Amino acid sequence: MTALLTFQDVAKSFTLHLRGGVVLPVVGGVSLSVSPGECVVLGGPSGAGKSSLLKMAYGNYRCDAGAILVRDGETVIDVARADPRVMLSLRARVIAYVSQFLRVIPRVSALDVVEAAGREGGLSEDEARARAKNLLARLNLPERLWSLPPATFSGGEQQRVNIARGLIADRPLLLLDEPTASLDASNRAVVAELVREKLAAGAGVLGIFHDGEMRDAVATRIVDVTRFAQARAA
Amino acid sequence: MSAPLLQVRGLTKRYGARLGCADVSFDIDPGEVLAIVGESGSGKSTLLSLVATELAPDAGTVSYRMRDGVLRDLAGLSEAERRALMRTDWGFVRQDAAQGLRMAVSAGGNVGERLMGLGERHYGRIRGTALDWLGRVEIAADRIDDPPTRFSGGMRQRLQIARNLVTSPRLVLMDEPTSGLDVSVQARLLDLIRRLAAALGLAVIIVTHDLAVARLLSHRIMVMRAGRVIETGLTDRVLDDPEHAYTQLLVSSVLAA
Repeated sequence: MTALLTFQDVAKSFTLHLRGGVVLPVVGGVSLSVSPGECVVLGGPSGAGKSSLLKMAYGNYRCDAGAILVRDGETVIDVARADPRVMLSLRARVIAYVSQFLRVIPRVSALDVVEAAGREGGLSEDEARARAKNLLARLNLPERLWSLPPATFSGGEQQRVNIARGLIADRPLLLLDEPTASLDASNRAVVAELVREKLAAGAGVLGIFHDGEMRDAVATRIVDVTRFAQARAA
Repeated sequence: MSAPLLQVRGLTKRYGARLGCADVSFDIDPGEVLAIVGESGSGKSTLLSLVATELAPDAGTVSYRMRDGVLRDLAGLSEAERRALMRTDWGFVRQDAAQGLRMAVSAGGNVGERLMGLGERHYGRIRGTALDWLGRVEIAADRIDDPPTRFSGGMRQRLQIARNLVTSPRLVLMDEPTSGLDVSVQARLLDLIRRLAAALGLAVIIVTHDLAVARLLSHRIMVMRAGRVIETGLTDRVLDDPEHAYTQLLVSSVLAA
């Protein structure tokens, strides 16, 4: 198998025990794969389950049925059934996840947040520092902000710190959930360039981009998620 | 995967007719942070006391990988061996600093005492190490001769952490280390614990009722209710996609800030 990520007949629903056990179906019959150099973009309206698919691939949401296979070097790991420690190790080495929002760590500067992500991803201290500065500069985050904690930054500034954090290390699988939602056109172009560099280096991307320009700039294939919603009633 | 540092099997404790905790099993790897969450009376503090061998279980075992690599049942250690282990290779940060510190002894003395327990007798070196550790927990050097009675709540907790970490333990137990502190003080303490645990590769078991604390610090989480473990797993998965009805209730009861 050469794919970096493969969904095999995956289904997901939420059971709301506090609402009398009502079951909210999310997706069903999901089969798709992402190969090296591919940027697969999930399409479909809000609520179709796009973010849920990314969260399942990251092990953040449970998976009710099917398998989610992630390639880890020579082996393949089913994220749907992986032990928490295996999942944490995959996140450190293989899977990067960039969400729309930066989860703020109090008192830690923007540069340190990005650098720490690099070290967790296996970079040396010097390499992590150098790449963090380079990324923040490319993403046009003013240098006077680097030494400040991102808690007080604007939405767009926080999002750029988040992108730098997600892209700093050389993880082969990128899960991108609307990473450019609060960015202006010039910064979106920078992110598109960064993503294309990752693809050229052999990484694979599964992403959500509502912005059409961004989508056209990076997508190699679009998968409409609404067809998985059809299957969820079954 | 590495061999577990701590192995807990079937721990059960009853207080008369009341259940403290029932049939709790888990492993901790070196460097792993486990959060135990639940409401008051869920048995999480009882469990921590059992792990620390401060309470004797009605059933079950606690085994620990000693520095020679051998996994040993703590119930089989002599009293002297057990005390030596708790004083050097383990730490215990208490909710009430007055229980974890010697309130009549200076800050430097509180840190130095654990070093003396390791056999260090050189006054200058003890004071030097104590100063270094006070700095690492952000306590000013000129407070070294003050007793913790003159410290704020946040400073006392930071001093407790220095006292516990000075002997380079491999496992640290924490019982609600941030509750009762102002929010700004909490954030500073949490960040300190997070950085030190990662830098020193500490295994930590932290008992908390605060899910935000669990999210920030822990890799894995164990949810307890009425003495039993009802859900366990990756911290963000349990908090973002809780399976059990009780966990869903806990998560949905938190006010979003």
